[in-house]
Amino acid sequence: MKATLGLVALATLATASAASAQDPHAGHGAQAGDPHAGHEAHAPAAPQEPPPGPTAFDADRHFPKAEMDAARARLRHEHGHMAWSKVMIDRLELRPGAGPDIYAWDGFASYGGDIDRFVLKSRGEGARKLEAAEVEALWGRAITPWFNLQMGGRQDLQHDGRTYGVVAVEGLAPYELHLDAALYLSTHGDLSARFEASHDYRVTQRLILQPRAEAHLSAENVPSQGVGAGLSHLELGLRLRYVLTPDWAPYLGVEHERALGRTARLARAAGENPRGTRLVVGLRAGF
Amino acid sequence: MSRLADLPRRRFLTGAAALSLAGLLPGWARSAAGEASPQALSGERIDLTIGHAPLRIDGRKGHAIAINGAVPGPLIRLKQGRNVRIAVTNTLDEDTSIHWHGVLTPSHMDGVPGLSFPGIKPGQTFVYEFPVIQAGTYWYHSHSGVQEQMGHYAPMIIDPAGPEPAPYDREHVIVLSDHSFLHPHEIIARLKRQAGYFNRRRQTLAGLLAGKDQPLGERLEWSRMRMDPTDILDVTGSTYAYLVNGHGPQSNWTGLFSPGERVRLRFVNAAAMTIFNLRIPGLPMTVVQADGQDIRPVETDELQISNAETFDVIVHPTADRAYAIVAEAADSSGMARATLAPRPGMTAQVPPLRRRPLLTMRDMGMDMSGHGGHAMDMSMRNPKNAPGLKLGPGVQAIAPMPADRTGDRGTGLADAPHRVLVYADLEALKPNLDAQPPARTIDVHLTGNMERFMWSFDGAAYSEGAQPITLRRDERVRVNLINDTMMNHPIHLHGHFVELVNGKPADRQPRKHTVNVMPGAKLAFDLTANAPGDWAFHCHMLLHMHAGMFRVVTVRPLDGEAA
Repeated sequence: MKATLGLVALATLATASAASAQDPHAGHGAQAGDPHAGHEAHAPAAPQEPPPGPTAFDADRHFPKAEMDAARARLRHEHGHMAWSKVMIDRLELRPGAGPDIYAWDGFASYGGDIDRFVLKSRGEGARKLEAAEVEALWGRAITPWFNLQMGGRQDLQHDGRTYGVVAVEGLAPYELHLDAALYLSTHGDLSARFEASHDYRVTQRLILQPRAEAHLSAENVPSQGVGAGLSHLELGLRLRYVLTPDWAPYLGVEHERALGRTARLARAAGENPRGTRLVVGLRAGF
Repeated sequence: MSRLADLPRRRFLTGAAALSLAGLLPGWARSAAGEASPQALSGERIDLTIGHAPLRIDGRKGHAIAINGAVPGPLIRLKQGRNVRIAVTNTLDEDTSIHWHGVLTPSHMDGVPGLSFPGIKPGQTFVYEFPVIQAGTYWYHSHSGVQEQMGHYAPMIIDPAGPEPAPYDREHVIVLSDHSFLHPHEIIARLKRQAGYFNRRRQTLAGLLAGKDQPLGERLEWSRMRMDPTDILDVTGSTYAYLVNGHGPQSNWTGLFSPGERVRLRFVNAAAMTIFNLRIPGLPMTVVQADGQDIRPVETDELQISNAETFDVIVHPTADRAYAIVAEAADSSGMARATLAPRPGMTAQVPPLRRRPLLTMRDMGMDMSGHGGHAMDMSMRNPKNAPGLKLGPGVQAIAPMPADRTGDRGTGLADAPHRVLVYADLEALKPNLDAQPPARTIDVHLTGNMERFMWSFDGAAYSEGAQPITLRRDERVRVNLINDTMMNHPIHLHGHFVELVNGKPADRQPRKHTVNVMPGAKLAFDLTANAPGDWAFHCHMLLHMHAGMFRVVTVRPLDGEAA
């Protein structure tokens, strides 16, 4: 505050003295200098130029300036500058079915202010052993009232452990649709993208039905990951969660996954089923 | 401290300290106390101590930051025309402060750390000293961090030097407040993490099928705008206990009367985040004072009291029966409750909570009345509707057609089947000293993002370096507060009374220290900037202020300064 006001003070010092020299009525009611004041007795006057910012603080006349400077800094800080953390485990679930149960997770933690935040995301799944896991470290920035831009890196922990640069946009679209679109460029030069959309239908105060869709696209074939160019992967889910508290909500649901196009052919060639539907049981938690 | 204390007060302080150990309250706040006037600290020298204290609400134990060991703190009773010297000792391990809300003091006695003074350091005693130039019902509270939410508040009465314009046989001070067992920092963090965290009464599909709330088309329209018509108070009865003089609803605070007496009830809303709708079923209230300023008496059945406002009413119970004092949160998520009775131990029937209200397009600043056929740009975030305002992520909307809502009933009262006080009813009892037309107009937008829990004036939080609003000493200005959000904002200007532009003649516009700006409203007040210094100007929803809805108003020249 000191620095800002100081600058304003410097910048306005000249104009202030000029203005007060020209305006002998300053401090005696500005209307004295306004020739139209008399004609507007019952209507508010049009906005006028405000007086320049003051060059000194009133409190500094009564208290030590150093103490006031420290208190002024705290006043600024206490009124809007707040760092807070958020942990959101969107899905922590088990998908029982024929063969070994599949487990999966997807969530993030973030820390920062309203505009700039550090975001750590993780998702993955496995059956008997871990099949896929990844971590993203992102700088998030609020760019509109509803949407955040996120930029950073992603590290795959399985397959060939690729590293990617990430640019993503996530937020709330009209009709309260949660959207997340991310673009990935790996150090091997392969480009891919993911799109997620979901909506929360509040059935009762405690029951929330969430349809969700996710699509993966790839610009080229990445045989080491079993991914073919084009639309490679689609997930459609429907989860019904019970809000125990706004922080904890167990859910039941169904998840349909399928590989598409060339990716599906690669899966079949590897002896895997490119599509599957399973019940899911899991927990959503945020705090 | 003992050096300053005179004997009667010493006795009181000792008593208060002993009571706080037992989890009890200062004399004025005790239930069914028999006095015609509540016990108070008075005289020209008063000592206060700020410290940690245990707190008990309806049997549940908590922790408070308290004045003289209790929540609320002691009632201070002063006399207009005298001087007062109040020594405040800080026993906390953090800074504290006291702001005398609505009391006109020199700027450096106003109690805002970082603006009027450095604050009171741990272990330090700060002596406030000022002439008491006004009369009325006020209150005082911390202006440091979020201490106010933790119990650091208390009432103040200033008796007039001359005759009392609204005489009474008996009086009770009724301080309404909200208490959560969550730390206020945790409350704000939860609101930032998850929009509407404390709202447990949203619209549901089950409700739609049952024909409740909005019909489908309207729901889709609001969903398209990403707005929730049930988002009325950010923090609700799901975490708050609503208190009367520190008593939870189960504890049934009781104020005694003898049938036939004229009883003055001095209501203070000391809540951090709650607007109350206040009624005494079966007993009409004659409102005689608002924000400590006498008004022309007006009889009503219910009034809304926004954060930091005070209303004095006179009731005249003639029957030998109990009456319920019902202060329902404006979102109907809970209530503070007390009893007015001829004898202790009586209760009256307490009405159930009302249906949760829904916001409307009028709350969105889309006032369609009187503009039929006129093509208006109704887009919700058009920069043309707020020239010069920075449309960042913290500004969800700009009200396209804000309305004068001084004649509207407050949120939650649209369907009340009885008389309801509105701002347009308020009229100063005595003419205002300055009724000149304002020479300058200042527009201030109240801006926010409910999804991110961001709040600001003109799109800039105070922490972002928002610059002061500058006034020339003694100039007369009109300030238009334009509420671009769907929340009520009680806006408080320190150091001055503002005259609410409510349709009354210019010299009878009611004088207020805090004005509630309804959602989507444009509310105007006139102001003579006659108090030199640096003054806080902020939303009195504590967490809105904490999120950045705070500015400084400067009035220059100072005494002894060249114009």
